[in-house]
Amino acid sequence: MTRQRAAAIPRWIYLPAALGATFVLLPLIAIFTKVDWPHFAALISSDSSRAALVLSLKTSGASTVLCVLLGVPMATVLARTSFAGQSLLRSLVLLPLVLPPVVGGLALLYTFGRNGLLGHTLAVLDIRVAFSTIAVIMAQTFVALPFLVLSLEGALRTGGQRYEIVAASLGAKPTTVFRRITLPLVMPGLLAGAVLSFARALGEFGATITFAGSLQGVTRTLPLEIYLQREGDPDAAVALALVLVVVAVIIIAIARPERAGR
Amino acid sequence: MSFEFAARLLDRRLDVQFGVPDGETVALLGENGAGKSTVLAIAAGHLVPDTGQVSLDGRVLLRVGGANRVDVPPHDREIALLSQDPLLFPHLSVRDNVAFGPRSRGRSRRTALTEADRWLAEVDAAEFAARKPSALSGGEAQRVAVARAMAADPRLLLLDEPMAAVDVSVAPVLRQALRRVLSGRTAVLVTHDPLDALLLADRVVVLDHGQVVEEGPTREVLARPRSAFAADLAGLNLLSGTWSGAHLRLADGTTVTGLVTGPGPEAGGQAVATFRPGSVAVYRDAPAGSPRNSFTTRITALDPLGDLIRVRSKHLSAHITTQAAADLDLVPGMQVSFSVKATEVSVYRL
Repeated sequence: MTRQRAAAIPRWIYLPAALGATFVLLPLIAIFTKVDWPHFAALISSDSSRAALVLSLKTSGASTVLCVLLGVPMATVLARTSFAGQSLLRSLVLLPLVLPPVVGGLALLYTFGRNGLLGHTLAVLDIRVAFSTIAVIMAQTFVALPFLVLSLEGALRTGGQRYEIVAASLGAKPTTVFRRITLPLVMPGLLAGAVLSFARALGEFGATITFAGSLQGVTRTLPLEIYLQREGDPDAAVALALVLVVVAVIIIAIARPERAGR
Repeated sequence: MSFEFAARLLDRRLDVQFGVPDGETVALLGENGAGKSTVLAIAAGHLVPDTGQVSLDGRVLLRVGGANRVDVPPHDREIALLSQDPLLFPHLSVRDNVAFGPRSRGRSRRTALTEADRWLAEVDAAEFAARKPSALSGGEAQRVAVARAMAADPRLLLLDEPMAAVDVSVAPVLRQALRRVLSGRTAVLVTHDPLDALLLADRVVVLDHGQVVEEGPTREVLARPRSAFAADLAGLNLLSGTWSGAHLRLADGTTVTGLVTGPGPEAGGQAVATFRPGSVAVYRDAPAGSPRNSFTTRITALDPLGDLIRVRSKHLSAHITTQAAADLDLVPGMQVSFSVKATEVSVYRL
């Protein structure tokens, strides 16, 4: 990469920029200062904390897998084909990015809940989705899927199709091309997307509490646990919050936006 | 004909028909925008014309614009594509790149790798087998790309200006590799370099504005272009004869001295000498005691060429200034001497 001298920016612009950075960083520092360090290990290893942490990791992992299984085909169709209404479909698929998670949770409830769109069908099949661990995974997948689709579609478009064309001319069937050329070439974008999806799933609160409720060990994930402990045991809440902050920092280090899909 | 091509594409004003006999290489010559790449895209299956039929070894690959529509997908056409950029798969080793074709056609991994090694050796690239493509130079990568295309065992090879993106200094090595693998292969070579056509193709098809304007055996078309377009495109003087070890001896006994380019011809072997009309000087009498090559010949035509005059004889042409032509008082039928410095003449093994 060549270093170029950037066009000059006005000096005064540093002031609001610094203000903004402080606004983002100061609360993180505040959490550090509030942590009850001597009891930190005990606080994050209490029964309810451990249950929440384990549940969070399990459900976020499961929803990341779901995001990959559903998002890779979605991104491929969006990036590599063209059909009527495609741009509208893309906007709708990405809707959960901007939708308040609570609204997403309500939408899921009215789809899969007992009185929902598919509620009767599911009841006949004796499948109860709402207020179960499955519901947590569904809520997380719902909000995290657009991150994977967006990141992977970008990678697919940047990569172009020249290698795929060569591979086909060598006699490779579309499935072989997809498996041996397309996927390996967009792997960095896919990994970045998966990490972002995992992060989004881990932090999910609104859709989860609306659609899955808050049952310890079943649907009470880490963010829900933090919200509950905030009243009764603020020290535990702060300690758990710090755990989430650390996880988030690690995730950003792995998947910085400028590394995704380049 | 093993490969037969006919296609019309209205919005690109393309209407092209040509064929490639079994085991021969046909060069598609033409300027940018003449329709060469469009022809390749249609042949490879990435572009569907308005009407047309393409068949290979008796199998119809494309038939559009009438009844019984056929459009075989690219991966099922047995046509391999070699483009300007090597486009080696960056995540695979050189060996796995070349083995990709055989693997895709269902060969076992071991068989595919054996074939890969054979083709890498064929293009003098065996030493790169374990490397990643990013560790190769442009010329090396293009040789590997040749091996990869050949390993797929295509019935037809399409080459889209394979030398265009390669450094001039390594072009001869790549050209030699292509000569080896193309002999006896059915192939279509797109180029705008008449030299590539001369050294690699049995026949040429000249395209201009989406139409075939001339076709025939390579040396005939390049040496005696019938269309003005082919003449401008080729523009080379071309003399073939036998190599004596130091110079080229023509059929009429004239000797030509020049610089050997690429691998040298064997004594007694066939070779050609090429030089640009612009490097030819015209005299009324052969200059005495000059180290230049000189050819005594009779003027057949004088054509204006912008600020220049093209002086043509039976086999050669010279571009001289209008002023010089006037000073020499040149007229058709006059006997003159064409003279060219040995350093302006390139000699190639045939």
